[in-house]
Amino acid sequence: MSRTLIFGALLAGIFITAALVSFVWTPFDPAVLDIPARLQPPNGTHLLGTDHFGRDIASLIMVGARTSIAVALLAVGIGMSLGIPLGLWAAARRGSLVDEVIMRGNDLVFAFPSLVIAILITAVFGAGAVNAIIAIGIFNIPVFARITRGAALSLWERDFILAARVSGKSGLRISVEHILPNITNLLIVQTTIQFSLGILAEAALSYVGLGAQPPTPSWGRMLADAQTMVSIAPHMALMPGFAIILTVLGLNLMGDGLRDLLDPRLRVTRT
Amino acid sequence: MSLLSVQNLDLSIHSYGILKSVSFDVAAGEIVAITGESGSGKSMTALAVMQLLPAGAQCSGRIMLDGSNLTALPEPQLCALRGNDIGMVFQEPMTALNPVKTIGAQVAETIRIHTRTSKAEARDRAAETLARVGLPQDRFPLSRYPHELSGGQRQRVVIAMAIARHPRLLIADEPTTALDVTTQAQILALLTRLAREDGMGLMMITHDLAVVADMADRIIVMRQGEIVEQGETKALLHNMKHPYTRMLFAASSHRVTLPQTDPGPPLLEVNGVSRDYRTPRKTLLGKPGVFRAVDDVSFTLARGERLGLVGESGCGKSTLTRALLGLEQVQSGSITLDGEPVFTGNRPNLAVRRRMQVVFQDPFGSFNPRHRVARQICEPFHLLEHPPTGTARQKAIDEALTAVGLSPTDAQKYIHEFSGGQRQRIAIARALIIRPELIVFDEAVSALDVSVRAQILDLLAELCAAYSLSYLFISHDLSVVRTVTDRVLVMQAGRIVEQGETEAIFTAPEHPYTKSLIAAAPVLPDLDLPDPKGLTA
Amino acid sequence: MWRYTLKRLLSLIISLAVASLVIFAVIEVAPGDPASFMLGISAQPETLAALRTELGLDVPKVQRYLTWVTGMLTGDFGTSYTYRIPVADMVAQRLWVSLPLALYALTLSTLIAFPAGIYAAARRGRPGDMGVMGATQLGVAIPNFWFAMMLVLLFAIKLRWFSAGGFAGWDEGPFAAMRSLTLPAIALALPQAAILARVMRSALLDVLGEDFMRTARAKGLTARQALWRHGLRNAMIPVLTIIGLQFSFLLAGGIIIEQVFYLPGLGRLIFQSISARDLIVVESVTMLLVFAVIFVNFCVDLAYAAVDPRLRART
Repeated sequence: MSRTLIFGALLAGIFITAALVSFVWTPFDPAVLDIPARLQPPNGTHLLGTDHFGRDIASLIMVGARTSIAVALLAVGIGMSLGIPLGLWAAARRGSLVDEVIMRGNDLVFAFPSLVIAILITAVFGAGAVNAIIAIGIFNIPVFARITRGAALSLWERDFILAARVSGKSGLRISVEHILPNITNLLIVQTTIQFSLGILAEAALSYVGLGAQPPTPSWGRMLADAQTMVSIAPHMALMPGFAIILTVLGLNLMGDGLRDLLDPRLRVTRT
Repeated sequence: MSLLSVQNLDLSIHSYGILKSVSFDVAAGEIVAITGESGSGKSMTALAVMQLLPAGAQCSGRIMLDGSNLTALPEPQLCALRGNDIGMVFQEPMTALNPVKTIGAQVAETIRIHTRTSKAEARDRAAETLARVGLPQDRFPLSRYPHELSGGQRQRVVIAMAIARHPRLLIADEPTTALDVTTQAQILALLTRLAREDGMGLMMITHDLAVVADMADRIIVMRQGEIVEQGETKALLHNMKHPYTRMLFAASSHRVTLPQTDPGPPLLEVNGVSRDYRTPRKTLLGKPGVFRAVDDVSFTLARGERLGLVGESGCGKSTLTRALLGLEQVQSGSITLDGEPVFTGNRPNLAVRRRMQVVFQDPFGSFNPRHRVARQICEPFHLLEHPPTGTARQKAIDEALTAVGLSPTDAQKYIHEFSGGQRQRIAIARALIIRPELIVFDEAVSALDVSVRAQILDLLAELCAAYSLSYLFISHDLSVVRTVTDRVLVMQAGRIVEQGETEAIFTAPEHPYTKSLIAAAPVLPDLDLPDPKGLTA
Repeated sequence: MWRYTLKRLLSLIISLAVASLVIFAVIEVAPGDPASFMLGISAQPETLAALRTELGLDVPKVQRYLTWVTGMLTGDFGTSYTYRIPVADMVAQRLWVSLPLALYALTLSTLIAFPAGIYAAARRGRPGDMGVMGATQLGVAIPNFWFAMMLVLLFAIKLRWFSAGGFAGWDEGPFAAMRSLTLPAIALALPQAAILARVMRSALLDVLGEDFMRTARAKGLTARQALWRHGLRNAMIPVLTIIGLQFSFLLAGGIIIEQVFYLPGLGRLIFQSISARDLIVVESVTMLLVFAVIFVNFCVDLAYAAVDPRLRART
């Protein structure tokens, strides 16, 4: 285990734990407004200060972590559960019409920046956490499809796959039995990275008001609130920002550490 | 005084010993061959002379080139030497050239970095050098890119780059291993001619003793980082002192005796088979072109017969193999096993498949690294309607592993715990486990060291006696095909140009292509050595 | 080469056609009728019908799609439901903010990433490499809009070197306009530069392991000469891919950054249109963004061919 992996896992672990703890305990009730105590810089009572309604920022960050992590997790889940089978299918039928259609479909989704997908969905169905999940999830599908297909294609050329074909195994069976176990490492690493990108995307969507809606706290919304206050209460912007950066940094370091641990030659996509 | 003198060279990479006290000389105009099996350190010796060692390498001892010690020279002086005084040719012509630069620019570069030459003059000199290695300007202009050339032509470009400055020493690291046998002969002749014409010392690294015996003035035999024997070629071959040298020599020309069988009724019948591939259209909406990989091929393999298929790369033997195994459909013709078609409709025929198995070339790529040996070799059971379970399955595994000379306890190991030769045994066990009527060996011994290859060939002969196998043995290596087959097919450009009894074809080939193949294959001098005991132990 | 270009062009046209269909279809299923939204719930049926006719909402969908697409081909993007002025005019005005911003950021990102990536690759495993890699690891983790807020806090509020937001306009001269785009461009560019530098480094390290690099060294090139003459151009292929992808991220990221700096670009237009349910504007701006992405990828494909002769030869 490398130090990178342990450090990354610790960083990400802190925020995941904070999110879980927030279900049973937070220092203050993040829903209660306390106007007299507003805009306090970090101090002994409010470790990370208070916002413009006097809410405790530490508590808001803990509850906000729930939103960020849940949205990112579900979005990556959508991407994996659709993208991996599509990628396996395309690779099993490489060169066929199915492959062509899947890959062209991927290119098409890539032509819509994730935010544009979110905007389209919001324009039609309205803003909200669920739509943010769908928007980020859609964007994750081609990422997983592409990387799965790429890795699977090189495996299909290997002799042990030919031997399995000579043994009469079907494309589906070979994909599940031989291909999938041999690309798990790659997928684990890519998932960590997509998860961190999901956290960033959720923050961006909430920031422009396309993600979780009030009163649900989220890191992006906290930053949106902070924007007008940034000159008088910079801690309102700094604290949630640090939360995002540290979580994403932790996940990325974890991804790098996992890659070094599992197989340093893995090709992951990071955009 | 010799041109190159390596004295007590020790080399370790990350404190792991690679070379131990290696000493040898190369004189001007002399061709010295360094030979040995994988892991012998022969390539590292070449890289040490170039001082292009991988990171973490530590070397001590002296490498004297014309009086200066290369191990002590600072990097800028080494750069001035490389390409100017020492040229190097590598194994893989497909990857040794920069794909985005023209061959002219790449050859001219060698000239421009070592001399103050104008661009135009460097181009003229590059053109001369290319013409000298057999790539005249009228057919191979300087503006060609590497991907527009064949493997042999690319190797000529690499040679041109190496000799453009008329170096005193040329190092060739397995220069023909990646090439076909006829191309190999041409490249070897070219290297010999250049060395003689320029009075260059040529240090030739090769695993193939036959190549060495033909052209080298002196031979150095290496094993596990040490020189076991060196001497003048004829003297060394006629009086091999070290048992390893004798083993290497015997294994290189290893012959096996197949049990006599009377061919039974036809088992595999191939009739007028053709396979086309579409090539990219010439115009945007025009018709796509057609490349005929297999062209009207017909042959029969009788039950109990051991048939060979030889041909150079691109002759269509891989395509034919895939068609026989039912992995690819053919456009016309029929392939039947015992009268039943390999393909029924658009699906491979399972009833036929379970009677055929295959052993592939690459001992490393043939197995799923995540499965245990037991699961790997049981894979063909998938073909059976009622695969054995429990003790019957266990018994089959034990039997198959024992048959190929491994232990039943090996079944629980993972594939990375085995050497290349052992893996190839496991591959054979996998093919044997359902007792197929036909086994296809697709270059099954081509990736192995000669000593391991000899053992696998012996195993094959034993299995022939024990199981009365019928097989199709596909290989580019004529000497191997000659010893393990009864009959042979010669394939060229998608067609079978000659077929017949193996010995008859090898002693009296009729087709000009077969003749050229046999003439080009390097052979060891027949020294009539007694086969040392313990070779196959 | 001509066949390659033609083939890419064909694929560009098909992509655009499919994308336009998708966008149109998504907007079509949007619940709520723009006309009733504009007039409110108490609108008379006759006025509603009149408005629907005026907006062209009463014709069959296929016809509306064709009108929209052919209109866009001739530069007619329709008329905004809310402002009743041609969408094309609105978009053109905003484009003069968003496009320069994206290009400015792309230039910055490339200018930072190339030297950083090459430097790190040349010093693989040494302190210089570790420093650059650590910095990029942080750069990848920072949300660009948060970074933008920090830039405003430091350079606009504390140091007062730049204004905190707004756009000077091109009438004030290119210098003033570029000045008001500088902070936004930096905010956009830095995280992307971090990614690009990592890609540049790993592409170069991959190339350094290639056989032809060893051949180059055997000719007598120094390690540095080999890197510049043989390594860089071969490493450009993955790097170009990422630059192409980044353009779409910069356009989309621009939408957010415009919010931070109150820039009158496409991003603000699109958000205003969503809240006003001015769907024809949303539709056209989305199409424009997608067109930009597809077009840039077409350019990247052509750049591949310029870099790699093997592509020119193939189909």
